[in-house]
Order: sequence, then C-alpha cells, then structure tokens
Amino acid sequence: MAQGRRFEHLLPGILLLVMACLATVFVGCDSGLHRGVHLFLEEPFPKKLSAWHLFAGAANEGHLTPNTGVLPYDLNTPLFSDYADKYRFVWMPAGSSAEYKDDAPFEFPIGTIFVKSFAFPVAGRLGEERLIETRLLVRTKSAWVPLPYIWNAGRTEATLQLVPDPVRIRYTDAAGRGHDFTYQIPNTNECHECHDNNKVLQPIGPKARNLNKDFSYRDGVANQLARWVTVGYLRGAPEPAAAPRAAKWSESASESLSARALAYLDNNCAHCHQPGGTAGYTGVDFRLGHFDAARFGVCKHPNSAGNMGERRYDLVPGNPDDSILVYRLESTMPKVMMPQIGRDVVHAEGVALIREWVTSLQGSSCGNVAPR
Amino acid sequence: MPWNIDGTFFSQYRSQLAWLFSLSLAAIAGSCSHAPLDMQKHLQEQLITAKPGAVIEVPEGKFHFDRTLSLTVDKVTLRGKGMDKTVLSFAGQKEGAQGLLVKANDFTIEDIGIEDSAGDALTVQGGTNIIIRRVRAEWTRGADAGNGPYAIYPVECKNLLVEDSVARGAADAGIYVGQSENVVIRRNRSEYNVDGYEIENSENVDAYENIATHNTGGMGVFNLPNLPRQGGKHVRVFKNQILDNNTPNFAPVSLGPIHDLPTGTGIYVMAIKNVEVFGNKIQNNNTVNVFLIHYDTGVGDSLQETASSPITQQIFKPGDTRYYPFLQQVYVHDNDISGGGKSADSRITVMKQMADALGGSLPDILYDGRVDPAWPKKGANAGQICIGNNGAASFLNFDAAGGMKRPVRDLKNYACTLPALPAVSIPSVAAQISATPNGAIAR
Repeated sequence: MAQGRRFEHLLPGILLLVMACLATVFVGCDSGLHRGVHLFLEEPFPKKLSAWHLFAGAANEGHLTPNTGVLPYDLNTPLFSDYADKYRFVWMPAGSSAEYKDDAPFEFPIGTIFVKSFAFPVAGRLGEERLIETRLLVRTKSAWVPLPYIWNAGRTEATLQLVPDPVRIRYTDAAGRGHDFTYQIPNTNECHECHDNNKVLQPIGPKARNLNKDFSYRDGVANQLARWVTVGYLRGAPEPAAAPRAAKWSESASESLSARALAYLDNNCAHCHQPGGTAGYTGVDFRLGHFDAARFGVCKHPNSAGNMGERRYDLVPGNPDDSILVYRLESTMPKVMMPQIGRDVVHAEGVALIREWVTSLQGSSCGNVAPR
Repeated sequence: MPWNIDGTFFSQYRSQLAWLFSLSLAAIAGSCSHAPLDMQKHLQEQLITAKPGAVIEVPEGKFHFDRTLSLTVDKVTLRGKGMDKTVLSFAGQKEGAQGLLVKANDFTIEDIGIEDSAGDALTVQGGTNIIIRRVRAEWTRGADAGNGPYAIYPVECKNLLVEDSVARGAADAGIYVGQSENVVIRRNRSEYNVDGYEIENSENVDAYENIATHNTGGMGVFNLPNLPRQGGKHVRVFKNQILDNNTPNFAPVSLGPIHDLPTGTGIYVMAIKNVEVFGNKIQNNNTVNVFLIHYDTGVGDSLQETASSPITQQIFKPGDTRYYPFLQQVYVHDNDISGGGKSADSRITVMKQMADALGGSLPDILYDGRVDPAWPKKGANAGQICIGNNGAASFLNFDAAGGMKRPVRDLKNYACTLPALPAVSIPSVAAQISATPNGAIAR
C-alpha cells in the first residue's frame, strides 16, 4: 500500500507530462524557444501561423504584438475589403533591404514577409475585434508565394488553408449601421487574380506613394519611408518630401476631390487595370500618376462587360448614373461588380466619393447616350 | 492498481482525462472525417494541390458552387460521368466572374456540364495542348442579356481541340476560340446563343461537322484590332449545319459590337484572309445566310455612330497598324444554301436599307465589296473572293464603299477557285490517338 500511495502521488505529474507531450504534438507549443522570426522559403510551408514567430510574447493569442524586426505599416489609401480592419507588417532578413522605386512596388529581397491580418468588430462588444485571417506574402528564391492563414474560433492559432471557408460577419458599427454578410476569403489561386502582372505575382500596396505617410510607432510618430530607411529595410529612397504621395481618400478637409478619387481608383482598381494586369486588355489604366481621361474610361465602350443595362460608357463626365464605373462599384453581383473578387458589400463612402468626382467632371456627354 | 482500488482518481482527475480523451477523439476525427463532402471546397482543393498528371474524377450528381473554380497546374484531366450526369452548377454565384477558369497547359476536360455561371462558363487562358470534350456549358433560363458572354471560351491557346460539346444561352458566343493557333472545333452543338461560334484572331483552324441553330448568328470567322495576337488566317469551315439562326439578338449594349450582330445571320467572315467555306448546309437564316465583309461594315460603322472616345477608337478602330481590316482570299464553294434573307433585321440600318431597296428580302450571299486600294491586283475581284458550286444560291456585292451605287449581282467575276487549305493537325491529339491500343480512336 505504501508503494501504491507513492505512485498515486506521482500520478498527476506523469499525466501532465503525457498531456504536455501530446500538446506539443497537436498544438506545436514550441513558441518561446526561439526568439526571432522563422523564415520558410520552400514547401512545405508551416500549417500554423505561430511557426513563423511573427508575433511576440504569447504570440498565438491574436494580439498581433509584432516580434523584433516585424515592422507595422499602413497605407494612405488602402484597398476596401468589406470594412475589415487590416493590420499590416513587414519583415526582412537581417542585412537585406528593398530597393526604392518611384512608381512601382519596391524590389524586395528574398526572405521578405508581408503580413496582413483582417479583423471585424464583434457584435455587442464595443471596441472588440475578431481576427478572421492573416495573409502572408513570402518572397522565396523563385517567386512571391501567398499563404492564407485562418484563425480558429478562440483566436489562439491560425492555420494554413488553401481554400478557406467563407465566414458570416454580423455586427453594428459605431455609426449604428448594421452589417450582415458572408465574407469570402480568397483561395490561393484567387490571390493571383489581383497580384499578378504579366503572370508574375507582385505585392500591391508597398509602393512609395502609399507608404509615404506618418505612422505612430511605439517610440513615436515617424514617416514610414524614413523609418524603413532607418531600420535598414529600404535603400535608395529620397527624402519623404521628394517622394510621391497618394492622397488619403477620406481626408476631405485636407485633400482635393480629384486627388482622393484618383488615389481610391489607384488602390482599388489599378492592380488589375494597368498594362500587364488581369484587366490590362481593357485598355483602362487607373494607376495614379498616369491620369489620362481616355485611359480612365471617359466615353469608352467596355470591351466585354456583363449586363450593364443601357449604359454604354465606362465614365460619362458629369453623369454618374450613366457611368458603368459607378454602376459596377455599386453592385455586388458577380460579373457586374468591381472589383470582381475580394468585395462582398458595397463601400458606400467610396462610391459616394467616386460619384462626387464623376459629377464634378466637365466635358462630353459621349455623343448619343442611349435613353434610359 | 491504486486508482482502481480507491476510486478517487476519476473524480480527482476527471477533467484532465476528459480533455485527453477528447484530444484523442479529435485526432481520430481529424484524420478520417466523414462529414458531408463540401464539393466546392473539395474540388477547388483538388485543383490547387493536383500534381502534373493528375486525373480528377467528379462523380455523378449536381454540385453547387458559389464562386469561380480555378486551375493553374499543368497536365491535369478533369473528368465527369457525362455532360448531363456530372453538373457543376453556379446558379446563385456570389464571387468571381467565371465558372471554371483554367490557366494551365496540357489540360483536358471531358464529360462535364457547367451551368448558370455569372460570367463565362469555361475559360481556358493561355494554354498549350487543350482538349475540351463532351462538355455542356449552358444558361438554363435560355436567352437572357444577363447570361455570361461566353459558354466555352479558350483564348490564347495552342493545339486546341473542342469536340462533341454543347453550348446554350451565351450572351455573346456559345463556343469561342480567340487568339489561338492549331485549333479543331468539331461535332459540337451551339444553340440559343447570340453567336453560335466565333473564331477570332486565330490561325490554322478547322471547324467541321458542327451544328449552329437558333442562335442570333451561326458562326463568325474574323479578326479584330487591338488584341495582342493579330493576323488570324487559314480557317476552314466545312460540313457544318448552320440552320435557323433567328433568335433575336439579346446581347446587352455593354458587350460591344456583338450587340449589332444582325438577327438571322448564318456565317459571317470579316477582315481575314485565307478562309475556305465548303460543304456546309446553310439554311433559313432570315437576314443573310453568308455575309462577307470588311471590318467597317461589321463593326466600325456602328461604332462611328456611337463612340466619341479616343480610347474606344483605339480599341475598336483599326488605328492598330498591325491590323488589316480587309477581306481577302475567301473561297465559298459546294455549300447547300437556301431559304435565308426573308426578313432582315430592321435594327441594323444597312440591312434594312438594303432589304427595302431589294423589295424586302436579301440574297443568300452578301459581299460588301470593300477592297484595299493598295492591292496590286486590280479589276473586278481584287479581293479574290471566290464563290462557286453553291447550287442556286443568290449573290450580291452591295458596294458598301461606293455608297451602294454599283451593286453587282452577277457571280461571274467571282467564279474563281483558290487552292484548298491544308488540314489542321494537332500533335498532342494525334499522339493520344496513336497511343490507344488496337488502333481504336480515343473518344
């Protein structure tokens, strides 16, 4: 009996050890053993986001506290994604940096990781957010590789899913507006639809004009381009004042209507609508700095749009209701809507901006616009 | 064993044990789940993770998809159990503009139906060695301006075979082949589309034993400007049945020039050279059975009426120096042509004017007579349009360039012949057939 009693005393410890081993196998609880970011440059990529060690501390609890060297950033005018809050980070291997470019994504070194997390408010809990997905874009030796990680219900871990399930989103925003829709997360093939140019996958956001803004870092406010240079992530950049800068689309007090509209079209449309993009064949080019009325669709017939009713032209100056551009931004019907993927609800404020801008345009009524 | 004797263990450590137990269950369940198969997710995962050489079999049944399916892996075969038995339905599609989108080489799809996609049903872009076989692509509600533009849409492909397939309801073309080379389109059926077949900016194409019926127009063979690939030529159109293509044009105006395709067009050949049209049965197409035209007659003139944008001019007008808008060396012979032109489409000004001038009906073969003034060959038939042995088919060169002042009805200036064009051979398909044992044709 004495022996048995001693055994019984040890039992909880043994059991916990067994559980700990199992937990290691099933959850991968090796975080904390390695301090820096883990870089994976080839298949198989980790099934769990935590394996990358992009976030510090508990790392797996959805707090998104960046690990050392993982630099947060944002953009002057971002792509609209169903009103999701997006949290962006970049990391590069020690000693490597991106080469500055004026008008295109920078030339990033092998090993660069972009990290973009999407979160939505939680119904009934003001200020609380629910993480849905974290997309990685990793510069391997041969190409950029997109890796979508989807967070579990407890927000303790995100797993790599090539074909993520859609997610029902329901909440009421600060303005009292209800949101209830199905959020479609792109699969890895769909990543290419927006990111490919001449069949080569490219980052879209991290261009000089989008990054050229102040950001509140933990140690104070600084211009992002300057900070990237300081931390060694960027070389060849001019002073921020000399670099291009896109307008902030929603800053109506400080930015002109046209600057805001063109920035909005640049970041919501130009990834496809530029030479070499998925919609390059249409001849429409929405890149900021390339403004040309004809290339923006003024009085232009669409090539092969879906059913646009009686609308004949992409953009009719002064007339948003006759402009296919506006019609497609206001739609959520596939084939009609623009962008074609990555949007499930109408961006009311974005549409209002483009409507106001089209209304402000002077000029041709495009000949005989068909009666409607 | 003490925990069996005093019975305290389970109450003391129940929570840990339960946790351990559920963990094991979860591990088992995760490895061999038998939850109902989500075909959308399952098939898309198969398409993403496929290795070259994979054959993906889709079982019998009707499967619903609410977003585009896509494939980018080379050497994949996607196979169903029959075009009416294995159906991929995109009714209620929420995301993506296509049904199935393929950007890969050495792709074969067979025995599958694709229904009710938001945009094009099957798109194959930029692939070499592509086989589309016994595929049905359809909008089940019939003709509707809200249907997708194209049912079967291979573009920028090389070595392409489309056979024994069915297309219905497309708001542009049922079976389209564009900017492609080495193409065989055979034994297909295309009906209730705006255009039955379109062969656009493509080189070395054989289209034979196809049926086009109850479309707005049966079959178009043409080149358009400002597409990356120019210079389509060498097209043979033979032994097809182009019958009763009189479905009112339902293309939305936003689809561009197809909106102006006259209802009741049989075969039209536009802005291309080296085309041979023979042995076809072309009947009862109410505007015109055979329409031989310059770009301006088919597209440019209607655009001039509506387009004021320089970019539209650039895209649709032949400012493209690589583009050649004239028709040249077209040989139309030994066709069975009858019963057409009885009620021309009055929407199209040139057709209405002509029909009115001719007392209500149009001849079987209409040629606009637009010839390149720079051609060294002069005379009555500088374009080398040769028309012969088409039974009692009537003819008119309506002199579009001369304002219809000098129409020509007599065929004698066109009673020439042109050398027969060689048959198209597709090496990949020939290899597949010869690899089949006992000489059986792989079908």
